[in-house]
Amino acid sequence: MDFLGLPSYSWETVLGSAISGVFLGSVYALVALGLTLIYGVLHIINFAHGAMLMLAMYAVFFLWSALGIDPYLALLIVVPAGFVFGYALQRGVIGRFSHGRDEITLLVTLGIAIMIENGALFAFSATERQVQVPYDFDGIDFGVTFAVWPEIAALAGSLVVTLALWLFMTRTDMGHAIQAVAKERRGAELVGIDVEHIYGVTFGIGAACVAVAACLLAPTYAVSPQFGYLFVLIAFTVVVLGGMGSFVGALVGGFLIGITEQLGRLYLGESLGLITISAIFILVLLFRPTGLFGQASG
Amino acid sequence: MTYRLFGTSTTRRSVLAGGAAATGMLAAPGILHAAGKTVKVGVVHPVTGFLQFSGTQCRYGAQAAIEEINASGGIKALDGAMIEAVLGDAQSKAEIGASEVEKFESEGVSAIVGAYSSGISLATTQAAAKYGIPHIVDVGVNDKIVGRDLDNTFRFGPGFGVITKTGIQSLIDLNEAAGNPAKTCVIVHENTTPFGSYMAGLMKDGLEPAGFEVLEILPHPTPNKDFRNIALKIKELNPDVVIPSHYYNEGVLFLRTLQRQRVSPKVIYSVLGGASSQYRFVNEFEDAAQGVMDCNHWFDPSNKAALALKDKTEADGKTYSYEVFLAYTAMKFLADGMERAASPDRKAIIDALAVSEWDGHFMPYGPTKMENGQNMAAVPLVTQVSGEDINVIAPAEYAQAKAKFG
Amino acid sequence: MSDTLRITGWVVLAALGIAAPFLISSGRWLEFIELTLFVAVLGQAWNILGGYGGQYSFGHAVFFGTGAYVQALLQFRFGFSPWLALPFAIASGAGVGAMIGYLSFRYGLRGSYFALITLAFAEAFRVLARSIVSVTEGGRGVSLPLNQDSGEVWTTLQFTFAEPFLRHAGYYYMILTVLILAYIAVWRMERSRFGAQLISVRENEDAAAALGVDAFRVKMKAICLSGMIAAAAGVYYVQKYLFVDPEIAYGPAKSVEALVAPIIGGLGTVIGPLLGAAFLHSIGEVAKEAIGALIGPRPGLDLILYGMILVLVLGYLPRGLAGLLDSAWRRLGGGR
Repeated sequence: MDFLGLPSYSWETVLGSAISGVFLGSVYALVALGLTLIYGVLHIINFAHGAMLMLAMYAVFFLWSALGIDPYLALLIVVPAGFVFGYALQRGVIGRFSHGRDEITLLVTLGIAIMIENGALFAFSATERQVQVPYDFDGIDFGVTFAVWPEIAALAGSLVVTLALWLFMTRTDMGHAIQAVAKERRGAELVGIDVEHIYGVTFGIGAACVAVAACLLAPTYAVSPQFGYLFVLIAFTVVVLGGMGSFVGALVGGFLIGITEQLGRLYLGESLGLITISAIFILVLLFRPTGLFGQASG
Repeated sequence: MTYRLFGTSTTRRSVLAGGAAATGMLAAPGILHAAGKTVKVGVVHPVTGFLQFSGTQCRYGAQAAIEEINASGGIKALDGAMIEAVLGDAQSKAEIGASEVEKFESEGVSAIVGAYSSGISLATTQAAAKYGIPHIVDVGVNDKIVGRDLDNTFRFGPGFGVITKTGIQSLIDLNEAAGNPAKTCVIVHENTTPFGSYMAGLMKDGLEPAGFEVLEILPHPTPNKDFRNIALKIKELNPDVVIPSHYYNEGVLFLRTLQRQRVSPKVIYSVLGGASSQYRFVNEFEDAAQGVMDCNHWFDPSNKAALALKDKTEADGKTYSYEVFLAYTAMKFLADGMERAASPDRKAIIDALAVSEWDGHFMPYGPTKMENGQNMAAVPLVTQVSGEDINVIAPAEYAQAKAKFG
Repeated sequence: MSDTLRITGWVVLAALGIAAPFLISSGRWLEFIELTLFVAVLGQAWNILGGYGGQYSFGHAVFFGTGAYVQALLQFRFGFSPWLALPFAIASGAGVGAMIGYLSFRYGLRGSYFALITLAFAEAFRVLARSIVSVTEGGRGVSLPLNQDSGEVWTTLQFTFAEPFLRHAGYYYMILTVLILAYIAVWRMERSRFGAQLISVRENEDAAAALGVDAFRVKMKAICLSGMIAAAAGVYYVQKYLFVDPEIAYGPAKSVEALVAPIIGGLGTVIGPLLGAAFLHSIGEVAKEAIGALIGPRPGLDLILYGMILVLVLGYLPRGLAGLLDSAWRRLGGGR
């Protein structure tokens, strides 16, 4: 790769970077899965997504620090709690205060983000908190790079969550009802589907996905009230690239962005390399706004 | 020149100088005693927004100093006046920081301590200059802050020019003492805020003449969520020394990523390394922190007051970080200036601070020597993590342990 | 409300604005109004495109930041006078607007797609500003020399060390001037053919096109005007704080401030952004003071209250504060 004045790296480094892109991409996919569901069904841009992730990370941290619960075991508690939180948030606040208007919904989620973020600051202080697990430094040696168990678990988790969501949406009555509401809200109302309930359930599942992401991210990342910002823009990019509402799209999009970002950062530098994310985002919006797996819609 | 102020006629100048005039009156004998025996000090930091952690640490340090001063009888030269903190939140935005200064002016503060970041400090010192309010910058390592000839602006600690210079020299000395085992290095620095951005260039310019080969400079943004690429590059380049410079969170993630990726350079020598000389990091990740050296703000390790503040900070559930002891010292420096001025008048305090020779602090600076608002005596120290301790290894007069280099 | 009455109201408001530095001696409160006006300008810029044109931008910082950077860099690198830099800075806002508008509208992006692409552009500019150090100074930011000579106040366009009255009110009048010009522009736009076309595009783009409105051109004009006004706010920011870095210029904070004010105040109304900015700024300050007085300084709590009030206002005043004013006026028997 000596042409174009790009730095040249050994194939080991390039391959290692690409593999690390897969692991990073699995993290993006995890965060984006909930967002794409909410976006695909409710058609709202959820500004509070990052804040919800941060809150779930705190839940995982305190379960670990106060009760000694391993972050993976915490899935059993945090995920149902996330669902209830999301359902209540949609039905109690977002649905109630938004008047069904996009710009108001947007600001309501922004207001919620401000409340969650500063609530965390008030209650937990600005100090970063980090879960520590004993298996943090063991894992699989790929030769060119090393993957520790928490990274492997996140990769596996992203596959499992995608599969579970896909099965849920295609094999269950609730999944069919959600799809019906996403496609044709009026029509769904006419056949007797409780749209508000469906919205609540969708948001709840979205929040539950965020909770899964939090459990899988906790061993790697420290959480502070500002934590959500780290992933919000990328999550939107992944959602758009994959196609709004598509789980497989979120998974594939996550991997694509992860790998592109890592290689971009390798060759363009860690700072300028991030331009690849914005570039993909802009190009996809311009040339294929439905994304890789999205269906054309109005 | 007069204009109407809600019905009362008053001169414009007298209104503008209102705060100063009021405090000036306090200085008059007799009135001072009756005035309730407090002297107000504005304390502005970014305690919300993206700088909230450091801002909160700074506020804690400044308040700890005030508590101590008041407990030991206040400002004696002012008849034992208590320091009353007027707290401000810059919300991590320069314009909000400047508007907090306007609030301080309306409250009639005698001086201001703040504002952690360089960007906010540039705005607050400038706004304070408008009213002639003395402003002690606690952290703000950008040398532009004290390079603007503002006579109200003082920085007690070192700027990044001095820190980088000391960092380079100590690295060269340590290397020499160990028989020059290190020849190549890689610089890893944050590039989102002034400190990391300036640092890298200065480091390169200083290291190359000394015979070091800088293999690559790797800038990264703050916040940064992944260091695997950087770890891979370091693995391939295989430098003798890795020189990181970034904030706490990135510092932790970087060193842990090196550990996770089984990358272990002979020497990790950071300059303003964020995590490398933080007790919290050493406590939580002892393995990743082992042997890491850092040229950073640090206290005189033999000073009892420094260790007493450490105990108090930890008893309050906080970590004893550079923000805490720098803001603490900045407030103490101001208090000493008020003692010397024997007046809460802003101009008198500025004059006293400008010629201050204060040496009652626990930083390794010796007697204060202000030049254009910068304490020329301020220097960083070099520390190394060893077991659960952080030991000073350079310069020799403060060293607690011998460096393990290479 | 009749036009004469509206005009009278505006004239009174403008007169109060001009008189404020004489009535208010406290730097604190003048600064409070000044920051409100600053947000009101950003909000009006957003309102042209979002409120009148129905194109919601999540990345208005891109215009603000570019204006700020151009104003700062021309002085910093080439020694331009601030007056000479000013037209370039404002034109840069229009230029960036034209670029983003051309790409987005040519490819027919609407609704959330448009919102997301503006977000992406703001982020791309932030990455570039941080990374291309040789042009932008990167993360160290561009810092302009502070003028301390009261004789050079007008040549440097810096009021920090001016004679007392200008020191008190110089920057206030600077942002007030920008605000008045911007609001007159929007007032005239509302009554022009262009304004009517813009609104028709918002209401139904296809129908507007069927009636012969060139939607692309109309939206392009709107985004350029919007970009210019936001860039002017950037000029003010740089002249006052003499410092800009990628985070200040292109971070999400300014994008959010720009859109919250008009939505709260009343979309597609001239007064909306000003009302919204004043309201938000006031509740922010009241929340801070109230919390401070009740439980002492606990960072975060005042912003929780702020978030709650924001959500409640949205819930109970979906037409914004301008809508509230309007219905109050009607209830008083004003009517149309």
